[in-house]
Amino acid sequence: MSPAGSTQGHGSQGDHGSQGQSGEDRGGPADLSGLVGLSATEVAAGVRSGELSAVEVLEQHLERIQRWEPAVHAFNLVMAEAARKRAEAIDDLVARGEDPGPLAGVPVGLKDLICTRGVPTTCSSRILAGWKPPYDATVVTRLGPAGAVVTGKTNMDEFAMGSSTEHSATGPTHNPHDLGKVPGGSSGGSAAAVAAGFCTLALGSDTGGSVRQPAALCGVVGVKPTYGLVSRYGLVAFASSLDQIGPFARSVADAALALDVIAGHDPADSTSLPGQHPSAASRLGRGAEGLRVGVIAELANAQGVAGDVAKALERAAQALSAAGAKVDEISVPSVTYGLSAYYMIAPAEASSNLARYDGVRYGLRVPGRDITEMYMATRSAGFGPEVKRRVMLGTYALSAGYYEAFYGKAQKVRTLIIRDFEDAYRSFDVLLAPTAPTTAFPLGAKVADPLTMYLNDVCTIPSNLAGHPAVSVPFGKGDDGLPIGAQVLAPALGEPVMFQVAEVLEEAAKRGAE
Amino acid sequence: MTLQGWEVVVGLEVHCELRTRTKLFCGCPNSFGDEPNTNVCPVCLGLPGSLPVLNGEAVAHAVRIGAALNCRQQPSLFHRKNYFYPDMPKDYQISQYDVPVNVGGWLELPSGKRVGIVRAHLEEDTGKTTHVGGGGRIHEAGYSLVDYNRAGVPLVEIVSEPDIRGPEEAKEYVEELRGILVATGASDGKMEEGSLRVDCNVSVRPAGPGPLGTRCEVKNLNSLRSLGRAISYEAERQVQLLEAGAEVEQETRHWDESAGRTFSMRSKEEAFDYRYFPEPDLVALDPPAQWVAQIKAELGVLPAQRRQKVADAAGLSVSSEAVSTVVRLGLDPYVEAAAAAGADAGLAVRRLANEVAGLLDGGPNRLGAAEFASLVLMEQNGELTSAQARSVLKVLVSEGGRPEDVAARLGFEAMGEGALQEVVDQVVAANPREWERYAAGDEKLAGFFIGKVKAATSGNADLRAVSELLRLRRSGKAAAGS
Amino acid sequence: MGTGAPTTMTSVAERISKDQVAHVAHLARLALSDDELELYTGQLASVLAHAADIEALDIAGVPPTAHPFPLTNVMREDEPQPCLERDEVLAMAPEAEAGQFRIPRILSEAP
Repeated sequence: MSPAGSTQGHGSQGDHGSQGQSGEDRGGPADLSGLVGLSATEVAAGVRSGELSAVEVLEQHLERIQRWEPAVHAFNLVMAEAARKRAEAIDDLVARGEDPGPLAGVPVGLKDLICTRGVPTTCSSRILAGWKPPYDATVVTRLGPAGAVVTGKTNMDEFAMGSSTEHSATGPTHNPHDLGKVPGGSSGGSAAAVAAGFCTLALGSDTGGSVRQPAALCGVVGVKPTYGLVSRYGLVAFASSLDQIGPFARSVADAALALDVIAGHDPADSTSLPGQHPSAASRLGRGAEGLRVGVIAELANAQGVAGDVAKALERAAQALSAAGAKVDEISVPSVTYGLSAYYMIAPAEASSNLARYDGVRYGLRVPGRDITEMYMATRSAGFGPEVKRRVMLGTYALSAGYYEAFYGKAQKVRTLIIRDFEDAYRSFDVLLAPTAPTTAFPLGAKVADPLTMYLNDVCTIPSNLAGHPAVSVPFGKGDDGLPIGAQVLAPALGEPVMFQVAEVLEEAAKRGAE
Repeated sequence: MTLQGWEVVVGLEVHCELRTRTKLFCGCPNSFGDEPNTNVCPVCLGLPGSLPVLNGEAVAHAVRIGAALNCRQQPSLFHRKNYFYPDMPKDYQISQYDVPVNVGGWLELPSGKRVGIVRAHLEEDTGKTTHVGGGGRIHEAGYSLVDYNRAGVPLVEIVSEPDIRGPEEAKEYVEELRGILVATGASDGKMEEGSLRVDCNVSVRPAGPGPLGTRCEVKNLNSLRSLGRAISYEAERQVQLLEAGAEVEQETRHWDESAGRTFSMRSKEEAFDYRYFPEPDLVALDPPAQWVAQIKAELGVLPAQRRQKVADAAGLSVSSEAVSTVVRLGLDPYVEAAAAAGADAGLAVRRLANEVAGLLDGGPNRLGAAEFASLVLMEQNGELTSAQARSVLKVLVSEGGRPEDVAARLGFEAMGEGALQEVVDQVVAANPREWERYAAGDEKLAGFFIGKVKAATSGNADLRAVSELLRLRRSGKAAAGS
Repeated sequence: MGTGAPTTMTSVAERISKDQVAHVAHLARLALSDDELELYTGQLASVLAHAADIEALDIAGVPPTAHPFPLTNVMREDEPQPCLERDEVLAMAPEAEAGQFRIPRILSEAP
């Protein structure tokens, strides 16, 4: 599967890690320096203390966007003016002696299916082209008081259905490490924006891997939280029992910080977990000594996992071992069936969630002589082929006579996966697996065969089915020099130990252990 | 309606709008008659990214209804019922499917017959479409307009077993159910306003035990009268088909009130595939036992209990129809007041059922409970004749006031003892020879004197009292100034 | 589609036909060209065939999971909340008239 003999994107050399390099902003879109290379923690600290101006931070990011966005196409919309106003307001707050919050002045990108009041939220679909929600998603209402500066709406696979951001009505996003390659999907725009230094943080959504997989392909950190930890109110729904909003960042600490800002019970979301939970960052800095790490055999050795990815995972396991963890292989047998179960459950829920796009109340309308004609003309023109495929697959899985064989059975597989994970977590604190089976593949390479594309999700899907958290951390490079991600999985509400282990991998990677 | 040798089997599905302040899944007002699309929000409009949150009061009402119908409460789920229609913002309806909150109850008709209740579950209502152009009928319309104010209003759907036999029993069922729903506080029971909607399932079979026939669902029944007419029509239609050797097709039919018949709505091939699956945006509903117990304890008095109370007070002197009428019209407080004042409850019931019920039709009711009790007593004590009492009652209902005043105004003065005695004395004095014969024992002359007293009092004298006074005078002799 | 519905997934994947795909497309209110019908039939069949591996699992006694975590009784108070302004609502509408959403005529009754 690994693209043989592919070259890297121009100028993209060396460590694209969390700290920016000093010096000029030369090189490719993934070479970060100056303010655009700072971590969110650094930006916020600088802005809060008055050392950094939020406006200055933003301007550097906007310049970078201006330079590289035409090649990368991470955004559906850059909100320059609104962001400037926001940055000014933050600087004003600081000047008045007030604290703007833990993300003060941090430029943040939002996947274009997170509702932003008065700002187009298109899901990269023709059917919602130009649609302006009259309300903000809950996560957006939490970013504001934290001082974040929303910089733009990022590109994605249409309605979050895809693993490459090629199924976008606005055109594909390009991987900043190699512009001829995909960034992954469906949150490819958010991953690319962070990797390219357009934003310090970004939010995406993860239903079957749509945050973690692009994070791996773009060499950044990407998190899927415990299901219910982050509110879905205002997240345009794809598969309701699987969707979660998760952050992209260039460091584990930043990702934990971002998660802490957006997480927490929301009365507007009935599936939101009640009560308070420990901060995701609460176990950072503790190292891996004494922790039990299980390498998921079925995923580490899954068909389709490329040699370089498998080797990187081995080195990740070794790095944790060297850091004092007890590392062993573990079998989680049902994960093998996760892909099949997912491709019944997710399209089924999606087929229902997307029924509302019918041309009646908002969005695209293609006229018809009667309502049914109008429905059909609108939806046929408004949805791209991948969306249509999944809607039909899902409709089929739920239809009379087939429910038990498809959807019903898939829900039972889900139970098995949950049980197998529960068993595994009796003996282990966290689990380890690859994130994506290969490094970034070329644009156009997998679009023609949906099934080939779906196989990209084999390592990430089980966590969505179980509702468990998982994070992808950059660890190593492929034979083609492109980023590889290692995935740390934890039980429900296990974010603290998950980040704890992820940080150890991050440090090892920085030391060159990958 | 008689269909010789055939039995008409009916099951009813009643949708009841709940009297909550807000909608089922959002905080928009549950209100009627407001400007279109002013009671809407992202949730009830089904905007992308919106999520439902269940209204606790709607759940309480659902439990009240279930309890009043003797149902068992169970842990339940919400499901999505998927179909495309413009009055549905999400193009699916959130409802309950195979695990509803209430199952397995029954309702007792005034006649004493029990009708089984299969289930009573929660679901959200749709918006309203108006068809423009043509005759306002759906097939002729040029286009349509949609108002989502009512989208998301909470409903409880109550499904009966096919235990009902015929149109009259069906109407009785709906009347009784409406009384129960109003008694629980869950509904205002206004069928004409659409807060109570009835669909019926009708089948026929040869009289006697055996399998049920193929049923047809009939929709668009806007009144009890339509319900009765539709069942009659549909039963006849099916019997005619079967007697001609044809089969009844299972289908949904539409009742056309002006045409007086049902029309087929959908052919068999278009049977809807709703693709039910559990609603992923909502969690399971498992009302805590303590909460359910409290709701049941506070349930209040249901129509059957009220009927029992009235029947107990009135005893055997009243028919069950009269009792039913009194309770159905909410007149039982008058019976209570009468009984409390020591009046004859049976008389009270008869006056209410026979007089007041008719007077209430469309008009106001200004009859006070204490005043009614007084009136019954007055009639009971002979101060007013029955005819007089009915006249006074008519005035009290339409204008209010006290029975004594109205009686006086109408010239029905109840004559005091003294005044009556005076008249008797005058009449006796004016007719000495007749008095001698009466006093000597000639009973026939009692009528003569009563007639004279009646004439002298313009009919206002209580004739029994007059008889009594005459007898007393005769026997006392010394009482009058003879 | 109801009569003789197969109960195993492998047999379905073998049998999924253009007619079935056309039916499903109509249920989902999608109009497909002949070419699209051809293409999607092949693609859906291959996805379903892959998903048939679930058949190997012994699942009879396993309960289905609808939600990852068994929360219950999430409810809210019956308190009115602010609504949207009608102008905002109708501004999104493809067509509006007299304060309502205007749509082409409906040919059938609601189910």
